[in-house]
Amino acid sequence: MNISKRLLIAVPYLWLLVLFLIPFLIVFKISLSDYAVSIPPYAPTLDLSKGWAAFSELWSGLDAENYWFLTEDDLYWKAYLSSLKIAIISTFLTLLVGFPMAYAMANAPDEWRPSLMMLVILPFWTSFLIRVYAWMGILSNEGLLNQFLMWIGVISDPLVILNTNAAVYIGIVYTYLPFMILPIYATLEKLDHSLLEAAQDLGCTRSSAFWAVTLPLAKPGIIAGCFLVFIPTLGEFVIPSLLGGSKTLMIGKVLWEEFFSNRDWTVASAVAIILLLILIIPIVLFQRNEQKQREAGQ
Amino acid sequence: MRKFTWFNAVSLTFGFVFLYIPMVILIFYSFNASKLVTVWAGFSTRWYGELINNQAFLDAAWVTLKVGFISSTIATILGTMAAFVLVRSGRFFGRTLFSGMIYAPLVMPEVITGLSLLLLFIAIGLDRGVTTIVLAHATFSMCYVSVVVSSRMATFDESLEDAAYDLGCTGWDAFRSVTLPIIMPAVIAGWLLAFTLSLDDLVIASFTAGPSSTTLPIKIYSSVRLGVSPEINALSTIMIAIVTFGVLSVSIYSKRVIERQKREEQLANS
Amino acid sequence: MTKPSQPAVFAPWDDPKETPLISFENVSKRFGALTVIDKINLNIYSREFFALLGPSGCGKTTLMRMLAGFEDASDGTIRIDGQDMAGIPANKRAVNMMFQSYALFPHLSVANNLAFGLKRSDMPKSEIQGRVDEMLRLVQLGKYADRKPHQLSGGQRQRVALARALAKAPKLLLLDEPLGALDKKLRQETQFELMDIQEKTGTTFVIVTHDQEEAMTVASRIAVMDEGRLVQVDTADRIYETPNSVYVADFIGDVNIIEGAVDSTEGEHATLRWSEGAAPIRAMASDGISNGSKAAFVIRPEKVAISVEEPKDRHNRVQGSVEDIAYLGNRSTYFVRLPDGSLIKSQVANNRRIKQRLITWEDSVWLSWSDTAGAILPN
Repeated sequence: MNISKRLLIAVPYLWLLVLFLIPFLIVFKISLSDYAVSIPPYAPTLDLSKGWAAFSELWSGLDAENYWFLTEDDLYWKAYLSSLKIAIISTFLTLLVGFPMAYAMANAPDEWRPSLMMLVILPFWTSFLIRVYAWMGILSNEGLLNQFLMWIGVISDPLVILNTNAAVYIGIVYTYLPFMILPIYATLEKLDHSLLEAAQDLGCTRSSAFWAVTLPLAKPGIIAGCFLVFIPTLGEFVIPSLLGGSKTLMIGKVLWEEFFSNRDWTVASAVAIILLLILIIPIVLFQRNEQKQREAGQ
Repeated sequence: MRKFTWFNAVSLTFGFVFLYIPMVILIFYSFNASKLVTVWAGFSTRWYGELINNQAFLDAAWVTLKVGFISSTIATILGTMAAFVLVRSGRFFGRTLFSGMIYAPLVMPEVITGLSLLLLFIAIGLDRGVTTIVLAHATFSMCYVSVVVSSRMATFDESLEDAAYDLGCTGWDAFRSVTLPIIMPAVIAGWLLAFTLSLDDLVIASFTAGPSSTTLPIKIYSSVRLGVSPEINALSTIMIAIVTFGVLSVSIYSKRVIERQKREEQLANS
Repeated sequence: MTKPSQPAVFAPWDDPKETPLISFENVSKRFGALTVIDKINLNIYSREFFALLGPSGCGKTTLMRMLAGFEDASDGTIRIDGQDMAGIPANKRAVNMMFQSYALFPHLSVANNLAFGLKRSDMPKSEIQGRVDEMLRLVQLGKYADRKPHQLSGGQRQRVALARALAKAPKLLLLDEPLGALDKKLRQETQFELMDIQEKTGTTFVIVTHDQEEAMTVASRIAVMDEGRLVQVDTADRIYETPNSVYVADFIGDVNIIEGAVDSTEGEHATLRWSEGAAPIRAMASDGISNGSKAAFVIRPEKVAISVEEPKDRHNRVQGSVEDIAYLGNRSTYFVRLPDGSLIKSQVANNRRIKQRLITWEDSVWLSWSDTAGAILPN
């Protein structure tokens, strides 16, 4: 290996080590430290002037106390569980909205498809924050949705939607919809249409051919789409913070508040570590699904 | 025979209405004369005027653009290098860790990325400001760039580089005059993605920004947390307009290029 | 088969005073535990059109990439013009390559593709344009100088690739399956064009191909490769007429193979026992056979005569019955089943228009061949 090749590897490698891996190790270290009223607000700190003794001193000062604290205070337990619940339900809702759209796009005439694709991708480039914000005006008590419902006479008193979990679900489905549609559309588009004709030739009706052929073949896309919605939703902060209420418990919001409002860095770090551990499972499953698809594609 | 059924038509119509109506409403109400966002009081461009005179927003916009340009340029350089390492370098010591560090930030919750970077900056005593936001944005968006560029690299015909060496190129010359021009569309797409991610980011910027380096998303977030504001509607409209214009023109341009290429290929083979 | 139109005396490989342009001395190449090239010794002479022929995975492409400088030999020495090439990178060699995919730079025009190598040589800038024009004329693409590769047809791209590789006037031009991407008709035309250009420029060509017909058409000599070794290196006619092994005989053209054991050898003839109760076959002996050793008799189908009457004047004759007939227009192939169960092909030219076949299915026929028509090879 020559020098330029080594340099090519070393530069991005070092960058990621310093700005990704080491910060992560610092989070882990602080999660084992104790809260202290000082700057920075944790102890012990690494005092390099003491030489090697500093490391052993640091080591003896670390413990899993913060993690015990997380198990004792049911706020955290509930936040994790409620994040999981919200992520699962909203992933399912996104699938319910996204699948028929992807399916319709795959059935659409060839000349429409680029434009339909464009319509799905365009919101993805638009600011996430603005898309979430747009719903605040619609869902509030005197918002457009309530005005509309009262105008057509369905309700007489405004519904309380903003600052509830319902608003969070709407926000998640809305912002993550393209992530669900695109992978499903990709698998449905590749689907060989003669398979459906073969199924009908062998006695399927159109709808039973859908259940027996289309759906199983679209499975990798459905799984990919679900993970692409589920994984980022679990740690979501902006949506529960703008659309959710004080009762909406999501772990991303808890972490944010622990850090910025309570200034308890040690607990925030422990919360982050646990969140990562929870995320590892869906990430590994997602990777496997991708791997299988790649192998099938070859 | 693919058949476009009435059910398909209904799901597409409802889906796109759902996707676009909030934005249409936002744009519509940005021209509302009333301060009460949900009551229509006639057409006015008043909020645009107030926005232009709001120095805090202009400052934040300037910081955001500055951060976006610098961080996405760094991310593009590093991400392209990383893509080369991933696709070309074969096996080397620590390869698994390297590819892990490329893919992990893509699925890492923003709150954790932000928190960890902030703790690093504090640990090494780096004052928070534009520099820290740039470092943070460059780090997570370089991973997106490397995914975009490496998927292009995977289909790159390596005999083109062999041909360049064969005709007398050195390594750097072959990269500059053959490889780079060919993967350029992917590199540009990577830059645009990195730029958009940077402009859009609230969470990581909130962790890594200092008091003098408020970005536009931080500013927007702090002004809408307590409710809808007509100025933000006007700002959103401007941002939506810019993105729509940009995305549409890029896609129309690339569609034309592809069509021309197809026509020329047909001509050459006829 | 046509032979390249070269002076009859062009046979530098037979002249011990000639020094080779390229020499491989005990060259091996290993990728990890896998040996791709196994102790090869080979000389290629100036102005030759040399073909490396073999199935995919036989090592022919690796051999070529070692000449180009993309791979280093694990063992042994490769010399070009007397110079040891070890450690000399591709961009420092007076060797150019025409790639299988053509590897035309898609972002550059035809003229810029041709000028690419020249700009990186010590040619003065003022002469580059002249050289590019010259190359465009050579491959008859003058009109297409400003086109991009995607605006060209397959045949035109192939010619640009050839011109680009020749532009720097290399000592040696390597061609990796140069015609593989073309359809059959265009391929035949292009083969002659290649030979023409080789002659005009006087460059030494080394071509890699898996198409035996292509190798036989264009090459002055052919190296047949198998599993990293050279099996036979010879002119096209000698490879066809006197293959040195069953592998070569089977790889080039159509062949009948009868396995047995050597019965006797005398001078340049030998006899082969092949079937209980049948007379031994008499044929040309080849090196490496001895009495009693396992061997195979190989004979081309067009050298096997077929008749209804017994040809009593021939030593080699067997009776069988016609199992199948393939009518191919200019010739017919008869598949004859012998009493021991083996199937022998006999090919007959259809010189005259026939209304009715003399020989038809299930007929009992005699197959015969002369003593010199086939060979007995070690198996």
